[in-house]
Amino acid sequence: MTDLYENQRAMRRMRKQAMDRGVIAILDVGTSKIACLVLRFDGPGRFREADGVGSLAGQSSFRVIGAATTRSRGVSFGEIDTMQETERAIRTAVQAAQKMAGVRVDHVIAAFAGARPRSYGLDGAIELADSTVSEADVARVLASCVVPDFGQGRQALHAHPVNFAIDHRSGLIDPRGQIGNRLAADMHLLTIETSVVQNLLYCIKRCDLELAGLASSAYVSGLSALVEDEQELGSACIDMGGGATTLSVFIKKHMIYADSVRLGGDHITRDISQGLQVSPQKAEWIKTRHGGVVATGMDDREMIPLGGETGDWEHDQRRVSRSELIGIMRPRVEEILEEVRVRLDAAGFDHLPSQKIVLTGGGSQILGLDELASRILGQQVRLGRPLRVQGLPQAATGPAFSTAVGLCLYSASPQDEWWDFDIPADTYPARSFKRAMKWFRDNW
Amino acid sequence: MRKVKAPADAPRRDPAPSRVAYRLERMWLTPFYRRLFRVGLPCAAVALAVTWYFSDEGRRSQITDAIAEARRSVEERPEFMVKMLAVEGASEELSGDIRALVPYEFPLSSFDMDLDATREAIEQLDAVAGAHVRIRPGGVLLVEIEERIPVLVWRKRDGTLLLLDDTGHPVAPLISRGLRPDLPLVVGRGSDTPAAVAEARAIYAAATPLAGRLRGLVRRGERRWDLVLDRDQVIQLPETAPAAALERVIALDEAEDMLGRDLAVIDMRIPGRPTLRMAPGAVEEFRRIKSLEIGGSNG
Repeated sequence: MTDLYENQRAMRRMRKQAMDRGVIAILDVGTSKIACLVLRFDGPGRFREADGVGSLAGQSSFRVIGAATTRSRGVSFGEIDTMQETERAIRTAVQAAQKMAGVRVDHVIAAFAGARPRSYGLDGAIELADSTVSEADVARVLASCVVPDFGQGRQALHAHPVNFAIDHRSGLIDPRGQIGNRLAADMHLLTIETSVVQNLLYCIKRCDLELAGLASSAYVSGLSALVEDEQELGSACIDMGGGATTLSVFIKKHMIYADSVRLGGDHITRDISQGLQVSPQKAEWIKTRHGGVVATGMDDREMIPLGGETGDWEHDQRRVSRSELIGIMRPRVEEILEEVRVRLDAAGFDHLPSQKIVLTGGGSQILGLDELASRILGQQVRLGRPLRVQGLPQAATGPAFSTAVGLCLYSASPQDEWWDFDIPADTYPARSFKRAMKWFRDNW
Repeated sequence: MRKVKAPADAPRRDPAPSRVAYRLERMWLTPFYRRLFRVGLPCAAVALAVTWYFSDEGRRSQITDAIAEARRSVEERPEFMVKMLAVEGASEELSGDIRALVPYEFPLSSFDMDLDATREAIEQLDAVAGAHVRIRPGGVLLVEIEERIPVLVWRKRDGTLLLLDDTGHPVAPLISRGLRPDLPLVVGRGSDTPAAVAEARAIYAAATPLAGRLRGLVRRGERRWDLVLDRDQVIQLPETAPAAALERVIALDEAEDMLGRDLAVIDMRIPGRPTLRMAPGAVEEFRRIKSLEIGGSNG
């Protein structure tokens, strides 16, 4: 666990450094596209970190000065499988964004969707030494959480203290200074596969960049696509990406559950490609241009030319009706949404007071998706777009960029995580020496 | 008919930069290198070229020659040439001296003249109180002189004569007393201080009634004056208010014709106790006359 502390703290230090230098890059490594944004921290909120989160949730402190996307290569299911290809793609995106920004970026905060995230709810409790809760007590209660054995080759990515309770009062955000006898904490721990992180780290190192932070795509797209009262009252954000669909559940402005379904828009494209016997590029074009999930009578008459470059007249002149296309797409979309439903049910989403569901990500742009989703997931479904941040180009305001924008918000004001608290004082050697002194004084 | 065009579904060309290109681009975006390439290297190149060009002796002298030539051609334009010297406010003799003192051969460019040095050289002359030297339009070097006006003739110990102005500054040597009979004569060391000159002039002004008999003033011990008349009569004046003492003597003279008598010295050094010294023969004469009077009355 100390190793994890060290890693995460090193990343936090790096982020601080980048903030001091004023420029940081955001990298969303997705299956279908890699997006890179360059942020400049020079707004009014830059030096106000002591006052907590600045105005506009910290957004006023930064400005997007460079943005670039490139077609992703070598990534599948949100995980890197061909390192050289991915490295090249990251290089392309970073270089284009740097060029637009006109500054060199050295620090990068990255997010990815895959790596099989798994959520754990942790809790711990301590008896308070003196009746007032101090910072050391908070650190102690967090350290007392029982960490489950999450298996070999996995590591913690996020560990948010979600809730504090003193005696019988629960739902405290900040227990410091309060009076009681027993302090309890609930924590949400998200683990991922170490190998995926290492691959990403290696790619970023090869691009001469320093990793200043790592976030789960599920978490950050929730940050950008959910509005404040949805985060407060309880909602799920479903980010339909290219290779994986991630879902995160928020309540009281904390993420309490995250998961990922290894199905996404690329599978729909592959279905079209196989079903209509066209190239994947053509299938992608047909999907974005004519795709949909709810068929009407009109769709039988709308014929889509499939085209082709084979030279065979009959083959190149094929046409398909839109309802046929919908017939191919709909089962796959239904499958994805049902898979999401299963995960949400497993997480106990239906016990939340409000069950708002927000669909975002590139896949959420399929026509008629909200209607289909409300049949499968429940009535309170809406399509979410990322928050508007300053300086973001128009091309990067679509739902496909909710992860990138969420990362911007995350980098501006990251939530306190486990490693941001003090290491419990009783692990310090100085403390044990002090205790030895106390023992001597008591007994002699 | 199908239109021939690039297929809409062709993937966007988005080639990845090579590692080297990527690194170079990042280097270029680093402010230090950017400044180095944009400012540092051009400056260094120019400096190098200039150094190389000037490393050759021949080129250096060629350039200095060209500069000197250009300078000369400007300086020697007729607008800057000075053709003559004019001296204003000086006597004939003094202006001759000044002309001899100005070291320039006319015509000469005004750039080659050092007017301040010329002025200082002219002001070194005793007869010159102050001088202005300037170049008047039309190519004239104009020297305006403020001459010293002699007010006294000073006979020095070795017998040479010197004219003094009202500050005691020497003006010019005098060959013979007869050349300036209008100026009073003073003798003795310390006669050329401004205070002494002022006193001497005041005494002379007071001595107007004695003008015909006046021979000169003698400075005694660098502190007071003796007024010397003909027949070797001396009026010894006090240190303070000598003119007033002299006026008392003149008043006595007018009342009693004192100076017409055979007196050698009238001592006014202590104003409250004027003393007379008779000439040596006069004492004998006085005694003889006295004895005659006594003898006559007796016998």
